[in-house]
Amino acid sequence: MTTISESIPQSNVNGRVSWATVKKVLSYGILFLLALTFIYPFLLAIATSFKTLPEINQNPVSLIPQVVTLEGYQRLLTFNVPRWTLNSALVAVSITLGNLLFASLGGYALARIRFPGSKAVFLGILGTMMIPGIVLLIPMFIVLKALGFVDTYAGLIMPKLITAFSIFLMKQFFESVPRELEEAARIDGASPLQIFFRVVLPTAKPALVALIIFSFQGAWNDFMHPLIVITVNQQLFTLPLGLALLRGGMGQNLQWNSLMAGSMLTTLPMAIVFFVFQRYFIEGISYSGIKG
Amino acid sequence: MTVATGIRGEDRQNAVAGWLFMTPTILIFSVFVIIPIIAAVYFSMTDWNGISPPAEATFIGLDNYKTILTQPGIRQTDFFTALKNTTYFALGVVPMQTIISLLLAVVVNQSLLRFKSFFRTTYYFPSITSSVAISLMFLFFYQKSGLVNQILSTLTFGAWEPIAWMADPRGLIHIALSWFGLTIQTAPDFLTQTSLFGVPLWSWISGPSVALTGIMIMNTWTTIGTMMIIFLAALQDIPNFVYEAAQIDGASAWSQFRRITLPMLRPTMFFVVTLGLIGTYQVFDQIYVMSSGGPAKTTLTIAYLVYRNGFNNSQMGLGAAIAILLFIIIFALTMIQRRITGSEAAV
Repeated sequence: MTTISESIPQSNVNGRVSWATVKKVLSYGILFLLALTFIYPFLLAIATSFKTLPEINQNPVSLIPQVVTLEGYQRLLTFNVPRWTLNSALVAVSITLGNLLFASLGGYALARIRFPGSKAVFLGILGTMMIPGIVLLIPMFIVLKALGFVDTYAGLIMPKLITAFSIFLMKQFFESVPRELEEAARIDGASPLQIFFRVVLPTAKPALVALIIFSFQGAWNDFMHPLIVITVNQQLFTLPLGLALLRGGMGQNLQWNSLMAGSMLTTLPMAIVFFVFQRYFIEGISYSGIKG
Repeated sequence: MTVATGIRGEDRQNAVAGWLFMTPTILIFSVFVIIPIIAAVYFSMTDWNGISPPAEATFIGLDNYKTILTQPGIRQTDFFTALKNTTYFALGVVPMQTIISLLLAVVVNQSLLRFKSFFRTTYYFPSITSSVAISLMFLFFYQKSGLVNQILSTLTFGAWEPIAWMADPRGLIHIALSWFGLTIQTAPDFLTQTSLFGVPLWSWISGPSVALTGIMIMNTWTTIGTMMIIFLAALQDIPNFVYEAAQIDGASAWSQFRRITLPMLRPTMFFVVTLGLIGTYQVFDQIYVMSSGGPAKTTLTIAYLVYRNGFNNSQMGLGAAIAILLFIIIFALTMIQRRITGSEAAV
């Protein structure tokens, strides 16, 4: 492929601009223009978060604030935003830990342990993947209410401690681990639990990293679940929930510097995770995506 | 003899370990997925308001479904308006995100391209950003003096009239028709007087409103990154020698794309379109933050209607019934799509 493409410009020796060059310029042009439409909105949001309200009204598209102010961020403090951030972190970390543990246990059992009923369990989990989340909105509320989990951390965390997606990710991974590893340990008389924790789990690092990323991302950005769990207690708001209700509370008089500041605050942790673990994001999504 | 008991012993150990390992998952799934599904079916046949104890809800059979599907009234009108809006949303977003992400993947996949990982990262970034944050950003950009109008104004050398996107209920098809002089005043009576499921024919053909279009554009913007990565992975699985053989035979770039790339990507296409349909039919967060279903109910989606009925209007039973109808719609669409794409494409 490479050699053939490279040979095309050379074969065009009669001085005309070759198709390959046109294609290249066109490709880069489109890609960079598009990249700009992806980057500019974030830059503008950051800039807006540091502007004063009059300046935002006067010029809502400039990338450089005339006067840099922390007014937008300071106002967030009066709305309990630090507490919401802590809540978001607590919830996201708990959910990630839960998925790590339960999905690797479950995924391993489904991939490697031959136990009666495993097929039925697998199909059951597969079936729940077909159910759109929104369909569960009201019934989830019913169950949470019955359990007394409305307006509690337990309500925010427990239902999300394991997802079908995590189980599949881990099951697929464990199916690719060579069996010889476990066989050797088994001959040495190790129990399934020992084999799992001492032999298999240490090989699963790439899959676990992918799982950490997806679980954390899902939990950190989740809006719908906190919206139905937290009905009155502002102390338990997560960042996206608090932010959405903040917007609602402002009515027509939207304080854009604070809203953009809040948005950037919500985006920042994910951005850090993303740039540190970029490779795993891309690998993870292609991995899980293709296998469907 | 000893071998046999040894195997049986191992079987038992496996059974214990298997179920032990699955216990947390089974427990959580039962309580938070299986039971809720059963509860949803039951409560969709009650008049529960969401406030009184669930046990006090009265069983009313299929009344909620009848109210929505067959009885003219505000509830029927709302449901079919939401169905209309959601369908326009999906009809716009799914093809847009699929085509753009496929083209992007093909361009980014070129072997000689530099900055590959920069492009990949940039396009993917919105996919990992909170939907609430993105919605707030776009709400800001869609103001009358905001970024979107200014860009359009620049591109058209000032010919673009700034609009307040999120406050504009005009349907795109209605706008197009008005250029030919067809408005609600001049439209023939059969369009304005006849109603289907509580919605006048004239409203059925409105197209997505300007407000909904704004959300559609945003939704495309946030999702093409994920779709692109999925296409990229599939593209990398197509062996190079197939293209090399085609090039030796003198196939043009276009015919290579049409004869090799597209057929090889069919299973992935099925997957991406399915993901797109499931996602668009559930659109909720963006509506909640940006428009709350307005203006003039033109951004009211089925998912938002479920929420509004259940949590704002104290009609949990009715909301549950709408949710179940939504499930049936999504399920049917996936099946129809599977038929069209061919079952061998199923992942």
